[in-house]
Amino acid sequence: MKILVPIKRVIDYAIKIRVDPSKGAHAVQTANVKMSMNPFCEIAVEEAIRIKDANKNKEDEIVAVSIGPKQCSETIRTALAMGADRGIHIETKPDVRGDYIDLQPWGIAKLLKGVVGREENVDLVLLGKQSIDSDCGQTGPLLAGFLNAPQATFASKVTKEDDGSFVVERETDGGTETIKLLPSDGPAVITCDLRLNTPRYPTMPNIMKAKKKPVETISLEDMVKELGLDLDDVLKPHNQVVEVYEPPPRKEGEFVGSVDELVAKLKEKGVIG
Amino acid sequence: SSTLVIAEPSSSSSELSPATLAAITAASCFSHPISLLAFSPPSAVPSSVSTVLTVDSENNDNKGTSMLAETVSNAVVKANQEHGYSHVVCAGTKFGANYLGRVGALLGVSPVSDVVEVISEDTFLRPLYAGNALAKVISNDSPKLISIRPTSFEKSTPDNTSPTLTPLSQVPSNNLTSWLHESVSSSERPDLSSASVVISGGRGMKSGENFALLEKLADKLGGAVGASRAAVDAGFVPNEYQVGQTGKVVAPNLYIAVGISGAIQHLSGMKDSKTIVAINKDGEAPIFSVADYGLVADLFEAVPELTEKV
Repeated sequence: MKILVPIKRVIDYAIKIRVDPSKGAHAVQTANVKMSMNPFCEIAVEEAIRIKDANKNKEDEIVAVSIGPKQCSETIRTALAMGADRGIHIETKPDVRGDYIDLQPWGIAKLLKGVVGREENVDLVLLGKQSIDSDCGQTGPLLAGFLNAPQATFASKVTKEDDGSFVVERETDGGTETIKLLPSDGPAVITCDLRLNTPRYPTMPNIMKAKKKPVETISLEDMVKELGLDLDDVLKPHNQVVEVYEPPPRKEGEFVGSVDELVAKLKEKGVIG
Repeated sequence: SSTLVIAEPSSSSSELSPATLAAITAASCFSHPISLLAFSPPSAVPSSVSTVLTVDSENNDNKGTSMLAETVSNAVVKANQEHGYSHVVCAGTKFGANYLGRVGALLGVSPVSDVVEVISEDTFLRPLYAGNALAKVISNDSPKLISIRPTSFEKSTPDNTSPTLTPLSQVPSNNLTSWLHESVSSSERPDLSSASVVISGGRGMKSGENFALLEKLADKLGGAVGASRAAVDAGFVPNEYQVGQTGKVVAPNLYIAVGISGAIQHLSGMKDSKTIVAINKDGEAPIFSVADYGLVADLFEAVPELTEKV
């Protein structure tokens, strides 16, 4: 079994972003900011490792793919230290922004479809449900659509069946539902939600081991050429970002001294009866 | 030009859900005739809806609230083949997010997720970084495929009680996935995403049992109970309670944050609430920076007192 796990490098989730409105579409500042693997991608890596461990087949392979600047190689090393077997880094030029300004889910999904074909025999693509920078939540379903593959988004439990199907419990607006992704010609596509697992921290020995695992680095331009894609279609945003700014701040609030005062204020404002 | 709106499943099969009614309001911004694609025939629709397309029962795996992404996508593609829309609009719920990308791939267009404002025919405002930045975006594709954030648009009124139903025939069947079963939360309280009052607890609640304090207050105010990610991670409550960037984004009339310090990712999920109350014993907690009314107090005394006095 081969599992492909696309991973994204983003501004760390605990960081408050800085927005410089004078920079137009490039207003969100990314220089000298702590970057990490997108938290939902970590869940996808963890799940791939658990599925591989449960399958108990030495031939199984987990391939981590990242698309972005040079530093994405660190993100791939993290996935390898967690337990992925091999990495593919599709390297973009340093000025290409991955947080929706330049690269968008459309281009990423086109590239990933190409990688699925290039890898051959991919059984499962596991992705995060969304990235925490652009918040689109589209890459998984776009990829599934391009591949005409069975899909499950917002997975909270994944089980591989003997017939090659995947049974997935997924979160819905009202609770959860369980669906079956039937065996097809291509891979199944599953996006991971928060409840699926708790990702492991890489241990020091595994971080050392990860340094010896193979990572292929190929420029975006070369990959596009090899896959026979159109560079403009991949790299030129279909949704052109013209302006990025901070939402207006909330009106400053006030402290109240007691529950009585709070109740009085809420009644005065007509919020409670 | 015309617009297709895709209806959400609803708790009552003949009534349109609040998220669908918000999507119809967003679609009205385009001033084109609106068609509604529905998997169960609605008994009433807003008068802005001129046509209701219903999907054949044989192509309809609608069980309870569930419809698979492959099924919905096939129906949208079929509807677009027959009618050629300029805009396709759905609600940015988990239901909508499930098929939005897939429909985009099948129609050959790049979707715009979670639109909070329709600026013009092709220009939309959408949040980045969990709403800490807003991006003005021009869609160059046709049809324009967007999901809208339901809390950012008023709900339209379903005042037309005799809509004309047009069946959509020959939708290709879905042979990729099958639906097995569902588990729907059976709470008496309103749904967190659409409740007009939300009471959320954080790590300061100290245990899951203590959430009973919040439930009592919620029941008195007719509200829903939520939680911060810290409270979910601590195992106090299940993840469906989570309000925040990695949980549900809510914008009720009244949001009461109890024992929540206010991490960025939580603030992102509730700061658009109309009135925010924070109760925390640490007066320096960041939650107070977004609160309209802050009360520095021990929650175990303040919440029961508040429950008694509202």
